[in-house]
Amino acid sequence: MMDRAETPLNRRRFLGAAGLAGAGLAAGALPARAAEPEAVITEVQDWSRYLGEGVQAHPYGSPSKYEKDVVRRDVEWLTASRESSVNFTPLHALDGNVTPSGLAFERHHGGIADIDPAKHRLMIHGLVDRPLVFTMDDLKRFPGRVHKLYFLECAANSGMEWRGAQLNGCQFTHGMIHNVWYTGIPLRTLLEQAGVKTNAKWLLAEGGDASMMTRSIPLQKALDDCIVAWGMNGEALRPEQGYPVRLVVPGWEGNMWIKWLRRLEVGDEPWQAREETSKYTDLMADGRSRRFTFIMDAKSVVTNPSPQAPLLHKGPNVLSGIAWSGRGRIERVDVSLDGGRNWRTARLEGPVLSRSMTRFYVDFDWDGRELLVQSRAMDETGYVQPTKNELREVRGLNSIYHNNGVQTWLVHANGETENVEIS
Amino acid sequence: MSKSRKTAAIALAIGIVAPVLGLAQQQRAPSQMTPAAKSEHVAPAGAQINLGRPALPQEIAAWDIDVRPDGLGLPPGKGNVKQGEEIFLERCAACHGEFGEGAGRWPVLAGGAGSLKSDNPEKTLGSFWPYLSTSWDYIYRSMPFGNGQSLTPDETYAVVAYLLNLNDIVKEDFELSKENFASVKLPNEGAFYDDDRETAEKAFWKKNPCMENCKPEPAKVTGRARVIDVTPDSKTGPRVE
Repeated sequence: MMDRAETPLNRRRFLGAAGLAGAGLAAGALPARAAEPEAVITEVQDWSRYLGEGVQAHPYGSPSKYEKDVVRRDVEWLTASRESSVNFTPLHALDGNVTPSGLAFERHHGGIADIDPAKHRLMIHGLVDRPLVFTMDDLKRFPGRVHKLYFLECAANSGMEWRGAQLNGCQFTHGMIHNVWYTGIPLRTLLEQAGVKTNAKWLLAEGGDASMMTRSIPLQKALDDCIVAWGMNGEALRPEQGYPVRLVVPGWEGNMWIKWLRRLEVGDEPWQAREETSKYTDLMADGRSRRFTFIMDAKSVVTNPSPQAPLLHKGPNVLSGIAWSGRGRIERVDVSLDGGRNWRTARLEGPVLSRSMTRFYVDFDWDGRELLVQSRAMDETGYVQPTKNELREVRGLNSIYHNNGVQTWLVHANGETENVEIS
Repeated sequence: MSKSRKTAAIALAIGIVAPVLGLAQQQRAPSQMTPAAKSEHVAPAGAQINLGRPALPQEIAAWDIDVRPDGLGLPPGKGNVKQGEEIFLERCAACHGEFGEGAGRWPVLAGGAGSLKSDNPEKTLGSFWPYLSTSWDYIYRSMPFGNGQSLTPDETYAVVAYLLNLNDIVKEDFELSKENFASVKLPNEGAFYDDDRETAEKAFWKKNPCMENCKPEPAKVTGRARVIDVTPDSKTGPRVE
């Protein structure tokens, strides 16, 4: 394993090479003095005198009204309708490694299905000994319940950036990802219950929404680590995330995580559904297309600073971001402030789990010079996140999906930050 | 809770559960429970848990509408190009255009031949989709958008026949049926290959990526999202409709 510790030598060299003030200079400056006593201190404030709202004012609590800008957003011109569309997680305004349920990005193909759990059924049939139907109550009575924290990334995340910097904000360039806790039972448990026949190789998962989304999943993956999940961050799945039950396919593209899961058919060949042929196949420069590119490659992005979260102060600052890999644990994240000439290893904070989002930090002093901020993730298989140009050399510009190239943010002298491409 | 009340509560719980278990055991005929043979990738028949019930044949038939490239799953039926055109104009053209050219940002369904290597690839049934079954399956299960499963099998055969004609794959007098379905091949079928990233992109697995002086020249900005100016105003919340 690589050394994650920050050594003073690395830190000094990194900052020096980036053209920044040495740590000593910034640390030597005294904090600004207040000219006048601050009224918020010297005068009794309303919230300190008058009673606030009582319990049960909000039986289901919401964030503070001062956080009203921390919301999912969409890009209207991307899609023809709101029912088959996408919005984006506000990564720039979040920290840690768990995405709040109400901020987890949405992607629907036929709107959000409104399903009474009492009327929901999950059917298993096809190449099985015993075709079965389960109610939600049945599912929740199975032994072997699991809780897992996994990222879900849309294969088209960063897909608008193949031809160059296009959207100005990590919410839009990288926000088709979330990382939440799932509660459910291994898919394997249900397959064992039905008894899979020996010639079975693939599984078709189908949603009960108006698109009746279907995807073919190799049986090996289905028996390995997939989950039939009804819980999300300790409560029921949100409707937009597949209530009452969805499929969890760790490390693989989000489109396969069928929401509103109602049917599992076991078969011996893939079905070649719309979402695995006309969509979610990767058109290469030679006009041919890769298919079944299920795994999400290692990727990372600096969320702060970023266009929606500019640098506001010189001196001490916390650079932060997220990294993830569909192949396992994040091993290391390096950060550059000079567009990839010099790198320094970031500090990974919080649990580092397989196929889960990992938070990283670099504490640094900023003297107001222009920065070209990048991050580069490495996973436990030794995969190193490529630059965008390295990706383009292999895949061309028409792939749409699986853009995991290194992102660059240009921080101007006034702290404003923008999405750029560099040489 | 007193001891006696707790005991009563447990007894009540058992009283509810026991009949349910009994019913489940009755519903599943033991003679149908043949153990699955063993294989490397196949789930062995684990200890049976009495949860769930057998799916009835009528229930499976109601939900199992998927169609594979080899035609498995197709219902009996047929429809020709002319019939398909009438249905398409009435129920599909508002979004997809009369000739499958697409309205606004709705999907284009025809044309695009030879465009896949260009800067603006047009991925249609004729230019890109590898299998005809994909269009039949998708149209039958979820089209028209917002009124899925409203087309009959015959109507679906007809619409697919019309799409084939729009893409110059069949002539105007063509009739598509369950019987001739698997014989229709799409031009781009051979251009798909399985994920080869672990070999084609082997160079991305590297032991010691460069940490210092990795570029001879300072990096220069070559493109800026601001110039394109398509980012929504992130200071406001999402539009509510």
